[in-house]
Amino acid sequence: MAKMKVRKNFQQARWNEPMIYELSTKGLRGIIPPLVEKDIQKETGDVAAKLPDSLKRKSSLDLPEVAQKQVLQHFLHLSQETSGANLNNDLVEGTCTMKYNPRVCERLALNPGFADVHPDQDIETIQGMLKIYYEFEKVVKEVSGMDKFSLQPGGGNHAVYTAASIIRAYFEERGELEQRNEIITTIFSHPCDAACPATAGFKVITIYPDENGMPDIEAIKAAANEHTAAIFMTNPEDIGIYNVHADEVVKVIHGVGGLCFYDQANANAFLGVARAKEAGFDMCHFNIHKTFGTPHGGEGPACGAIGVQEYMAKYLPVPTVEFDGNKYYLDYDKPDSIGRVREYIGQSSVVLKAYAWSMMMGPDYLKECAEISVINNNYMLNIMEKIPGVTHAFKGNGIVRQEQIRYSFQPLMDKCGVGSEDMNRHMGDYGIPWFWASHYPWVIPEPMTIEPCESYTKEEIEECCKVVEICAGEAMENPDFVKNAPYNTAMHKRIDDGDLDDPAKWALSWKAYKRKHNE
Amino acid sequence: MKRIGLIINPVAGIGGKVGLKGSDGAETLEKALKLGAVPESGDKAFVTIKKMCELKDEMDIYTYPGEMGADICSRADMECHVLGKIDYGRTTTSDTVKAAKKLVRFGVDIILFAGGDGTARDIMDAVGTGIPVLGIPTGCKIHSGVYALNPRAAGELMCDFVEGKIRGTKEAEVMDIDEELFRQGIVQARLYGYLKIPNEGKKVQNLKSGGGYSEAGAIDLIGNYVADTLEDDTLYIVGTGSTTAAIMKKLGLKNTLLGVDLVYNHEVIGSDCTERQLLEVLSRYDKVKILVTVIGGQGYIFGRGNQQISAAVIKKVGRENIIVVATADKMASIFGNPLYVDTGDQEVNEYLKGYIRVIVGYEKTVMARVSD
Repeated sequence: MAKMKVRKNFQQARWNEPMIYELSTKGLRGIIPPLVEKDIQKETGDVAAKLPDSLKRKSSLDLPEVAQKQVLQHFLHLSQETSGANLNNDLVEGTCTMKYNPRVCERLALNPGFADVHPDQDIETIQGMLKIYYEFEKVVKEVSGMDKFSLQPGGGNHAVYTAASIIRAYFEERGELEQRNEIITTIFSHPCDAACPATAGFKVITIYPDENGMPDIEAIKAAANEHTAAIFMTNPEDIGIYNVHADEVVKVIHGVGGLCFYDQANANAFLGVARAKEAGFDMCHFNIHKTFGTPHGGEGPACGAIGVQEYMAKYLPVPTVEFDGNKYYLDYDKPDSIGRVREYIGQSSVVLKAYAWSMMMGPDYLKECAEISVINNNYMLNIMEKIPGVTHAFKGNGIVRQEQIRYSFQPLMDKCGVGSEDMNRHMGDYGIPWFWASHYPWVIPEPMTIEPCESYTKEEIEECCKVVEICAGEAMENPDFVKNAPYNTAMHKRIDDGDLDDPAKWALSWKAYKRKHNE
Repeated sequence: MKRIGLIINPVAGIGGKVGLKGSDGAETLEKALKLGAVPESGDKAFVTIKKMCELKDEMDIYTYPGEMGADICSRADMECHVLGKIDYGRTTTSDTVKAAKKLVRFGVDIILFAGGDGTARDIMDAVGTGIPVLGIPTGCKIHSGVYALNPRAAGELMCDFVEGKIRGTKEAEVMDIDEELFRQGIVQARLYGYLKIPNEGKKVQNLKSGGGYSEAGAIDLIGNYVADTLEDDTLYIVGTGSTTAAIMKKLGLKNTLLGVDLVYNHEVIGSDCTERQLLEVLSRYDKVKILVTVIGGQGYIFGRGNQQISAAVIKKVGRENIIVVATADKMASIFGNPLYVDTGDQEVNEYLKGYIRVIVGYEKTVMARVSD
């Protein structure tokens, strides 16, 4: 039986690593490529001279000049200063569904038959890849009930923006776009459910929750009218409450002639349990890199699968992947498509890994993901509820939480002035990675959002709770100690948040830094 | 070296525990003392000063004798310069006003006071928005927005101020609650004015509403949207409050901060109007709209500072012609609560109940519930 362990002597590397440019010595070479053999040179002539002028550099290269050992050392040092994913107890990264990414999927993606494919290859030669796309589309169609998917968008926000673009095309076709210039969303939906339609030109109306924490359906009824193009809602929302009135919401919006988009980023709560189709939604999306087991980290690669009911399929991004009974092909004949949203057909490695994961899991284990996630989350809540200083959003509303919960350290803040950010830094001293607090706005004060999905053991859940308990206890005994954390991590406490407002105090690149400081 | 003026209202809050709901006036104070009330204002202020002791070498405290400040400093082992004279045990409103004026003349960088809305009004009468002010909430009536969350937070904010971490100030509402009515369970408040308080800065503001906008930036966006969608040949009744004031400024129109103004086709046609004037003018126009913002800590759109926009006015204009504006930050601060109305007419209150759109940005609204 595994044992729960709190890492009381945790110490992360803190290398104070210089910038690689600071390791540079002029004239030093890591690798000296051999010159072209004389016989070959005689045949080809001076290749560089034949390059068009537009491709030739005008100034000399300013790359860091560092030897091989120092390059390796530098990046290894930096990597030791991250917590990484799948290496730690990263159930604390709520809303991100940090599940285990099978190593075998990484191997598969390196297969030359997949990794070395060129985007412009004849489709006869990439039937295998296209088949994987086609087969994976079947998986997401089955999970959601939607009729057709595009796997082209490169992430969640991208899929939501694609949805907004499709809605725009839909109403434009009907000559209603000028009239239907509003979308409705909720305050606990992902911020992109407001931002993406706003970027697509719509006005945004935000709905607050009712006293139970579910989107206030009366408010939705009051907001919906002939100007409503669509509702964009996440369900369950990041606070972990499932809106059981989702189908009623759909009726309200359809009733005024609007469309319904389901942000299914939190699909881990309902895989194999509830579907967008039965709730009546016209469109939905999945974060493939969350729910379907591919690596989830900042900057991707990711994939936002967008699914629609039959009558919306013609607007999907072009090309879609089809099968004619004999071979797989890319369908570019989509005159009503909103166009291409990504190069080629999107992030193929992500689709491959997600397909492999889905096939390994099978339908039964997919459903078990949801069941275990919900059980894990409630087991954790059961322990956290007993920790002094900790509460959670809409506590006591009698509604069972789903796969994640938004906790709040407001009681701790009231007692001793220690809040979410302080706790975050100090929990790092026990080896717990940075937890996800909350999307903006922080209407739940001093937040911490946790998602112990199916990849985490009982011991890991207990470890996290124990660390929260220890840190909260330390806060009440000695608030300043916790406020000045961290002590054992690679990161430092930011001295003055005001520095972020002062352009003289930050730079986004080495080049910018040198320019600002005239070096 | 920052110079901090300190004024403690020693009897603030004394009415609370004995159910008197305030301590305005000598009679009430005597009643409270007879009921066995113990002055606690000083104890709460002690928590603040104790926290500030951590940076005592970086500040100079200027205060008044005895229970108005010097005693607490001494208890907290905080050095201070004592100005002025008081009648020990019998300090009143006029002492607060005198002290505040004297501190301003002395050149303090900020006035830290311990008290409630009554004390806040006194400070405002003395200094207006001349210098920044921060309140330690020790009174019974804490409806103004000029206080720190609690005495400890006040101490932390003062430390940040001394270390130069506070960038800028913002205006906070000072509310005037009729204490006698308050005792009878009736809250009749009006917007008394504004004090300038330290702006805790991007960190705290961002945490609430996000979007990276300062208060000024958010109001700017709202102002732009209202200006861009202002309709022609329509009379606008513009309510009180700093958000509506900012919109008027954006439109280049003269505005009375604490009064109701009238705008028609981009011109001010009435300033600081009474209810009667409003009723008279609006009867001459076909298209009329009311523009109001959310006032006070509890979030009122009618009844707390714009009583001129009475039940009668609202009935004539119609609910569908009411435009509400508020920053996302303001809406976040009342999260979980509805917007309130108190027009004095139960029928009109009922009429206003339900849901209303609140403009929080450019083409961004929230659906807020209205209650009474």
